[in-house]
Amino acid sequence: MPYIIEGKTGNWELIVGLEVHCQIISESKVFSGASAKFGGEQNTQVSLIDAGFPGMLPVLNKKCIEQSVKTGLGLNAVINKYSRFDRKNYFYADLPQGYQISQLYHPIVGEGFIEVTTDDGTRKIRVERLHLEQDAGKSIHDMSPDKSFIDLNRCGVGLMEIVSKPDIHSPDEAGAYLRQLRAIVRALGTCDGNMDEGSMRCDANISVRKVGETALRNRVEVKNVNSVRFVMQAIDIEAHRQIEVYENGGTIAQETRLFDPVNEETRPMRSKENANDYRYFPDPDLLPVILTDEYIESIRASMPELPEAKKKRYQSELGLPEYDARILTMDGDVSAYFELAAHGRDAKKVANWVMGDLFGYLNKHGLTILESPISAAHLGGLVDLIQNGTISSKIAKEVFEEMTVSGKSADVIVDEKGLKQVSDTSAIEKMISEIIAANPDKVAEIKAGKDKLKGWFVGQIMKASGGKVNPALANQILEKKLAE
Amino acid sequence: MTDLVELNVSEALDLLNKKEISAVELAKAHLAEMEKGRFLNAYITETPERALADAEASDKRRADGIARPLEGIAIANKDLYCTKGILTTAASKILSKFVPTYESTVSQKLIDAGTVMLGKVNTDQFAMGGSTMTSYFGVSKNPWADSNGEYTLVPGGSSGGSAAAVSAGLCMAATGTDTGGSIRQPASFCGVTGIKPTYGRCSRWGIVAFASSLDQAGPIARSVKDCALLLEQMAGYDPKDSTSVNKGVPNYVAALGKDIKGKKIGVPKEYLMEGINPDVKATWDKGIRLLKEAGAEIVEVSMPHTKYALPVYYIVACAEASSNLSRYDGVRFTTRVEGKTLDELYKNTRTDGFGDEVIRRILLGTFVLSAGFYDAYYIRAQRVRRLVYNDFKKVFDEVDALLTPAAPTPALSYEAMKNMSPVDVYLGDVFTTPASLAGVPALSLPVGVSKEGLPIGLQVIGKHFDEETVFQVADVLEKSAGFQLKPHRVKGA
Amino acid sequence: MSFDQKTVQNISNLARINLDETAQAKFTSEIDGILEWVHQLQEVNVDQVEPLVSVSIQENAERSDVVSDGNIRDDLMKNAPESAHGFFVVPKMVE
Repeated sequence: MPYIIEGKTGNWELIVGLEVHCQIISESKVFSGASAKFGGEQNTQVSLIDAGFPGMLPVLNKKCIEQSVKTGLGLNAVINKYSRFDRKNYFYADLPQGYQISQLYHPIVGEGFIEVTTDDGTRKIRVERLHLEQDAGKSIHDMSPDKSFIDLNRCGVGLMEIVSKPDIHSPDEAGAYLRQLRAIVRALGTCDGNMDEGSMRCDANISVRKVGETALRNRVEVKNVNSVRFVMQAIDIEAHRQIEVYENGGTIAQETRLFDPVNEETRPMRSKENANDYRYFPDPDLLPVILTDEYIESIRASMPELPEAKKKRYQSELGLPEYDARILTMDGDVSAYFELAAHGRDAKKVANWVMGDLFGYLNKHGLTILESPISAAHLGGLVDLIQNGTISSKIAKEVFEEMTVSGKSADVIVDEKGLKQVSDTSAIEKMISEIIAANPDKVAEIKAGKDKLKGWFVGQIMKASGGKVNPALANQILEKKLAE
Repeated sequence: MTDLVELNVSEALDLLNKKEISAVELAKAHLAEMEKGRFLNAYITETPERALADAEASDKRRADGIARPLEGIAIANKDLYCTKGILTTAASKILSKFVPTYESTVSQKLIDAGTVMLGKVNTDQFAMGGSTMTSYFGVSKNPWADSNGEYTLVPGGSSGGSAAAVSAGLCMAATGTDTGGSIRQPASFCGVTGIKPTYGRCSRWGIVAFASSLDQAGPIARSVKDCALLLEQMAGYDPKDSTSVNKGVPNYVAALGKDIKGKKIGVPKEYLMEGINPDVKATWDKGIRLLKEAGAEIVEVSMPHTKYALPVYYIVACAEASSNLSRYDGVRFTTRVEGKTLDELYKNTRTDGFGDEVIRRILLGTFVLSAGFYDAYYIRAQRVRRLVYNDFKKVFDEVDALLTPAAPTPALSYEAMKNMSPVDVYLGDVFTTPASLAGVPALSLPVGVSKEGLPIGLQVIGKHFDEETVFQVADVLEKSAGFQLKPHRVKGA
Repeated sequence: MSFDQKTVQNISNLARINLDETAQAKFTSEIDGILEWVHQLQEVNVDQVEPLVSVSIQENAERSDVVSDGNIRDDLMKNAPESAHGFFVVPKMVE
């Protein structure tokens, strides 16, 4: 069902393109040997090159090329065998050279696509390009009333800017695109995708038009929206703002706005961002990047299985429903955990535990799958105990709780706490006989036809055994005894 | 003692090896001469303590039997080379307090070769100019006096301080940089020899950038052989400069002293331009005759895009410069003029810190890259640059080297230059910019004398990475020209 | 092409240079003169000619991904006109 906004004057549709900046996973920066690690003490991960000192020259990091090509292949995209760097010129305190080295004219990766699934089904969102560039530094504004402080640690870290075509037509689709992109770069190990640490950042180009119009109206760029939820929210808010402006007879200027999640609004940037002329030209300090087919193929050969392929495999080989397969393949760590836990077991049962109790626990405690107190092997062991009748599903929940606390395996906990189901017939028979003997009136009522009371007996048995009796077995013996 | 400052590098090495002189004596003689020659304003920064320490260490190494190729040779560095712990200004106000914590690759190579550094020499501001008149530290004087015996002439530029110092005996050799002629033109004006090697031969790392696709380091000295000795130490691949080329450096001195019988020397007819000084033309003719007499085959060639090289050069160089000079912003290593906002600080700092010529080129460069003009100016210039490049490729299928004038006139006076329009000043680079755009090696050496008694240089241009042929031809020309004149020795103030 | 005073204002703003009226007039006429001279490039036929960006013949100037630099904060700050607590300091910026 297409996403339509009903306005006073008719129905509107949404047109969105996303520009996503992904910090490349590498040891050192894209043009210098300084560390690219997140979070060092201010200005300690900075070389003279990053700080733009006189006579300093950039030298390209091989790894950043490799990561870009890998990501390009993950986006089903054309890899350009000839690419080149351009300078984007502007003045800013966190941009020491006075230009950012980027790729305008000849990006390393050309057109591709990402398959995105929402409740409306699966669609291809086209990617226009991926280019390699350097990140800027950071300005800190809250240390003094009249000064800003500049930290260049992040300056020069490699970035992949991935630009989509304006193929996105709903906030849901934007969210799904971002999550899928994040899943891909994480699976490839090219970016850690952490939007809260800023290693993945998103600008959204948003416009609206009346349903049936074919031309595009002016678009507004909403900058630096740093969570999937905020991107979806910003798109929704900006789209409604634009519609309101149009419906009140106004026009939308092509401009850059900032999203304010606190006040739930977008507002124009005060800086002269809009009036800039970046004067891109080829960087004479750097040579073109020439890639061979052999090189590209060697990277292709080293690619891990990507989320989309993995999802299809979970559906066809493991028999998981699409929804489960999608959720479990969004994150490489989750799918790795799941595959380990499900190995040789009923995949659907394991999926239920992972997506149900485990995700519930992790969300509640703000943990990632890697920080789970229950290992994949232990979760698999728990499922085994249910499958072979050692414990009931109900006891299993109790065991799960205990596992999150102690980190012990399910069978150790079951042993220690004596939670094993009683399947010894004679013991159950003895228990049932005692209950029957103590309640002759109830037995009489059953014999008179009040069948419902059988449930009361089973309850008594469970109570007496502390829930450890196999309920099916108990039923069976009760029938037998009552019939005697 | 006084003779020491007239020694060529090769002669001095000989005497040092024979222990007839010491590096300390050599350094002291030059320091004394520098004092006498201060009125030339060749140096921005003199480093006598460093020089003496270098010289003592050098003598010790020689005594220990571990002398290096240029052990004890007293040199100066153009103030565009970042020198660790020593003021590096690019002859600008904005860098007038900048003390680098690092040493440029080329100056480091010269340290490693055993040289003794006397100081940092003047240049046009950010190497933008052909006279040193744009220097924040004042113009240098050409040690060649005018016909009235007055020092009213410019040394050329931008490596004017280098050429003046070498010419006047204030150092034995000096580093220069050449973007559109900044080694060759001042060498011609001051009667000394300088070579701009092939683009990519010397590392640009640590040299204040003017125009990255054109800048090359090179030596200025008093003979072809000295240039060969120096360049051999300065050249070489540097992984820190992506455009430096991973190619072995030949033994340049070995190329000298070989005859040039059968070598084909091209004389491009397009270099015979309107307005060329008759003495320059006569010197060119003399050079052609001398090479012919030495057995070379002279071939008239055509390089049809020659006249476009100069406007192409100014577009490309200014475009790159406008971007390269953005880093001088008042935040990290320059002077600062405060402002209420960051933008005000940028503007105040840059307006105060840059001279007029630098501002002119930044504005021109910014304009040719700006929206709406990029294709018409910058891209068109880069296309024509390819045509200029192709001209060289084509003639070098035919000839081994080219012989042209180095500059259209002998040294001019400040007074004359002050009243020239920017375009008229730029025309002084007409013979040097084509080789710069093509990236080929080119050397300027003194061959003739003007009516006023001023030196006139000729330019030998070679194929990419064929500095050997350039040296070989220049060596023959040097010997046959017998250019013996020297400027009046500095008498001191 | 006429390079006018308005253009010089725009360009000088992009380049972060202050020009007073006199300077604007001076640079406008000088740069206009240079551009007039440069105009001769229009007569060259450049159809089918690729722009020449670099004359370097070096290929694959790339480095390995190792940390070989950094931890030089004192060096970075040594020439700084204003610094504090290991930061470069500038007037307060907005946004």
